[in-house]
Amino acid sequence: MKRSGAEILWECLVAEGVEVVFGIPGGAVIHITDALPRYPVRFVLTRHEQAAAHAADGYARATGKVGVCLATSGPGAANLVTGIATAYMDSIPLVAITGQVPSPMIGTDAFQETDITGITLPITKHNYLVTEAGELARVLKEAFFLARSGRPGPVLVDIAKNAQAQEAEFRYPEEPEIPGHPPKRPLPEDLLERAGELLNTAERPLILAGHGVLLAGGHTELLALAEKGDIPVATTLLGIGAIPGSHRLSLGMVGMHGTLQANRAVQTCDLLVAVGMRFDDRVIGDPRAFAPNAAIVHVDIDPAEIGKNIVPDLAIVADAREFLAAFLPLVEPKKRGDWHAEIESWKREAGWDEPLREEGRLLPQYVIHEIWRATEGKALVVSDVGQNQMWEAQYYLHELPGSLITSGGLGTMGFALPAAIGAQIGRPDLPVWVIVGDGGIQMTIQELATVVQEGLPLKIAVINNGYLGMVRQWQELFFNRNYCATCLKNPDFARVAQAYGIRGLRVDRRADVRAAIAEALETEGPVLIDFRVEPEENVFPMVAPGRSLSEVILPQRKEVR
Amino acid sequence: MRHTLVAAVVDRPGVLNRMVSLFRRRRYNIESLAVGHSETPGISRMTFVVEGDDRVIEQVKKQLEKLVDVIEVRDVTGEPAVVRELALIRVRATSEQRGEVAQLVELYRAKVVDVDHDSLMVEVTGTEEKVNHLITLLEPFGIEEIVRTGPVAMVRGARPKEFRINVLK
Repeated sequence: MKRSGAEILWECLVAEGVEVVFGIPGGAVIHITDALPRYPVRFVLTRHEQAAAHAADGYARATGKVGVCLATSGPGAANLVTGIATAYMDSIPLVAITGQVPSPMIGTDAFQETDITGITLPITKHNYLVTEAGELARVLKEAFFLARSGRPGPVLVDIAKNAQAQEAEFRYPEEPEIPGHPPKRPLPEDLLERAGELLNTAERPLILAGHGVLLAGGHTELLALAEKGDIPVATTLLGIGAIPGSHRLSLGMVGMHGTLQANRAVQTCDLLVAVGMRFDDRVIGDPRAFAPNAAIVHVDIDPAEIGKNIVPDLAIVADAREFLAAFLPLVEPKKRGDWHAEIESWKREAGWDEPLREEGRLLPQYVIHEIWRATEGKALVVSDVGQNQMWEAQYYLHELPGSLITSGGLGTMGFALPAAIGAQIGRPDLPVWVIVGDGGIQMTIQELATVVQEGLPLKIAVINNGYLGMVRQWQELFFNRNYCATCLKNPDFARVAQAYGIRGLRVDRRADVRAAIAEALETEGPVLIDFRVEPEENVFPMVAPGRSLSEVILPQRKEVR
Repeated sequence: MRHTLVAAVVDRPGVLNRMVSLFRRRRYNIESLAVGHSETPGISRMTFVVEGDDRVIEQVKKQLEKLVDVIEVRDVTGEPAVVRELALIRVRATSEQRGEVAQLVELYRAKVVDVDHDSLMVEVTGTEEKVNHLITLLEPFGIEEIVRTGPVAMVRGARPKEFRINVLK
């Protein structure tokens, strides 16, 4: 049966199980939106295309499904770019659909024409320009396959307007035909055994779990491995939740703002088993001084990550869950009392709970920890980028895998609010909290309108210190307190929220934090709380950029009252 | 060290752009690149020479293999491969010098393919070194123009993998 290109697109999306598309209509996608009411797909109208991409990303992270966003040609497509790049850096399965000017006009600098396949070349796993309706089914089959296969990532499909209107036979292929992709890689038994020997003979082993463990759904296997071998587990920022935050074997996050115990463990361990992570520079600090006493076993699904930043002693290219499942039987049960005692002493030294006990000032760490307490560590938290993100990672102990959504690789300010929209739509059963700074929220604050239009009960905590706080912290520590262009004169966020139709609260005192959080939780709809926190509080521990993880800066000791 | 890599790629619009864009973005130093159809319709074979240590070359290979249109990449540097390059050289030569140039050309099993009043066009095929040598010898006469294809390579003896693909439009 013949269908228009626009109809073929929706048929394909329905066949892929797509239930929601985030986007904004426009001239070059008008055939697509025109056909939409005939299909069982929810269209979430965002207020900016960047937010559509972030929302699709948040939806994908929260559900494990492919997120889909739609934008028109030219500026619409260009506005998706930050969102696509964010998804690319964090390996998120996304299909971005853009309209393109009619194919006879491509290349003529037509109205609202931009070369979006050219622009997104380095930030997509792959992209397509479709100029005939008959190509659409094959391309979409490939696009969804590529987005979720191997190391997931975004795929962009640019569809010329004439291909949307043109009619063609529709038949959805059962399998994509992509020669050489993905390459089949059986688990290397010999390397697994070598890794097992290394682990069984190590005295101070450490597991470093990354996003790959969560993407592969390997958290159960990870915990089983850690408990069987009595092995402490540190995580990357995106690996948070791979092990429950309150578990005795959990050391928290490594890297620039990692916990003292996690970084000391990396520098002291004699074996580092790094699974589903890519040795990002924020994780390793100075690569030459990283884990100096350890043999390194690196497990990742992407062969190009092996040896890119850190050359391992043993490398296994594998899906993290498959690796962990196959590795578990090779590991001998052990008790490692001395190793844990050493780690425990670092934990005590770190003074992690000092900001929580300090009375008087309203400290951001306390705010986040109170949100943790009120939600029992089981909310879906979407954090933004900067100090708020690091405090969240340090003081919200995630009990559930996949319960932290944040922009790790690209570090995109403005991510949290739109990503939370997607996350809440994907998981209406979970409480979703947004942790965002006063700088970040203003980068996508228009999406408060989408929150209201879609009736989403988001709880938004603005950690408001009146600064672009992380930059200000660097200026304080490394640039002689030259606070250039980091001070923000802000609106009254509670009243801004109210103007959008969202309940807005404001908290200035430590004593009011619990009541405000309780009020937010008791409110059925969305709530924004403006927490006016201590302006010049810094994120510690800290490792200065490019320095060894051994050089951890701890906060100046304050008298605990 | 210089490495010669041979890639099989799906012959689709933009594939060269994807590869070159990757070289640029990751700052790989590509010295030459030669592309043409392979024995299988719809698949092109590409030979490129890249400068870098083993770790860089390994990254080039792995990053290229991640491109969807790239089917496989092989580093033939250490292998028994035939590597050849073709060059066209326009060299100045008066009627008196023609004989001398022709003699050099003969020695290198090259050919004179065009003659003008005061120049000759020489076609030479061989390894890069051989081409370089001939150019050095011709330099005293005055070289007006050089066009080189960059090397292409094929491993001796081994038959390539068969590729099965739908030939896409």
